[in-house]
Amino acid sequence: MAQAPTTPPAVVHQEEHEKTTTGLNHKKLLMWAFLASDCMFFGTLIATYLVYKGKSKVGALPEDVFSIPVTSVSTFVLLMSSMSMVLAYAALRRGSLKGFRIWLLSTILLGSTFLGFQVFEFYEFVNHEVTIDCHEFAANPDGFSPFEAGIAGDECTEGVDEYEGTHGLTPRTNLFGTTFFTLTGLHGTHVTIGVIWLLGLFFYSFKKGAVTPARHLDTDLAALYWHFVDVVWIIIFPVVYLFGVFEGFPT
Amino acid sequence: MATEQMTDDHTLAAGPNGAAEGSHSEHPTPLTYFKVAMTLVVLTILEVVLFLIDALSYGIIPVIAILSIAKFALVGLFYMHLRFDHRLFYTMFVVGLFLALGVVFAIMGLFSWFDV
Repeated sequence: MAQAPTTPPAVVHQEEHEKTTTGLNHKKLLMWAFLASDCMFFGTLIATYLVYKGKSKVGALPEDVFSIPVTSVSTFVLLMSSMSMVLAYAALRRGSLKGFRIWLLSTILLGSTFLGFQVFEFYEFVNHEVTIDCHEFAANPDGFSPFEAGIAGDECTEGVDEYEGTHGLTPRTNLFGTTFFTLTGLHGTHVTIGVIWLLGLFFYSFKKGAVTPARHLDTDLAALYWHFVDVVWIIIFPVVYLFGVFEGFPT
Repeated sequence: MATEQMTDDHTLAAGPNGAAEGSHSEHPTPLTYFKVAMTLVVLTILEVVLFLIDALSYGIIPVIAILSIAKFALVGLFYMHLRFDHRLFYTMFVVGLFLALGVVFAIMGLFSWFDV
């Protein structure tokens, strides 16, 4: 009795795989090439920030506006989002689509929280309030930062007890503002793109057969991108924020 | 012959995951991912605490560089699976990193140290 021709298992396996000159998936190779080029992009911005560090003549400086506790929490949130992303990927590889969706959703929420922190931070910087007790300034001018001392020198005139005003930091204020907002703003843009990408992946996973343990390349690529924004922040946090407020360097 | 060719293709070709066959067999467990995350958190706390010690002066720079490189490597090797994926991905990323470092030092050299 003649049997209908069936595809041998080995052939089926071969069809699942791509034959490329490198033996590697070209999409993934392209993603790594993009991430390598993005390293240079961020390297340029970080170098520019460092070149102009301490060169601002006017306006608020890092020690005037940075809040390390707030940024530390947002850093923690981004690190946790990286963990939830890799757990989403691991869940998918295990075949747990439900676990994948839960971890992916938590990654989206954590990423959005990080963006919320960044929006809050930018808002605070742009609307930076300065309050100066003029009597305290007269008694101990060394206790004020050069930025505050400059404002106090202008505003604490005869008969003024306390000065309160908005002296925000914008990209146009000084070199610190320009380089800081460019660097962290573009990192934030990367995070925003990542959140949109992950949201798309989340909804795409509801399409039958679109995201399966065998078809996890889309998740792999999104995860690589997400972890990359995390490693960039791992560099930005100490270089920009912590060095920005460090008082140990000799003056 | 045909079967042999297929076997070779199987060995060389990438799966939908993009890695050479066999390279994904040693993926870490969720517990390992959690341990990596906790290590990252501890290293970040250490960074923040060290910045409170003004006495470190310029000594803070190499210390923070080492801590940041350690965090960067942990995410790259474990979360981005560079430790388990094909060497070409690793090589490509590391080349990009060195080029980025070159860009950083070139810009700082030109505009900061040599005051162009």
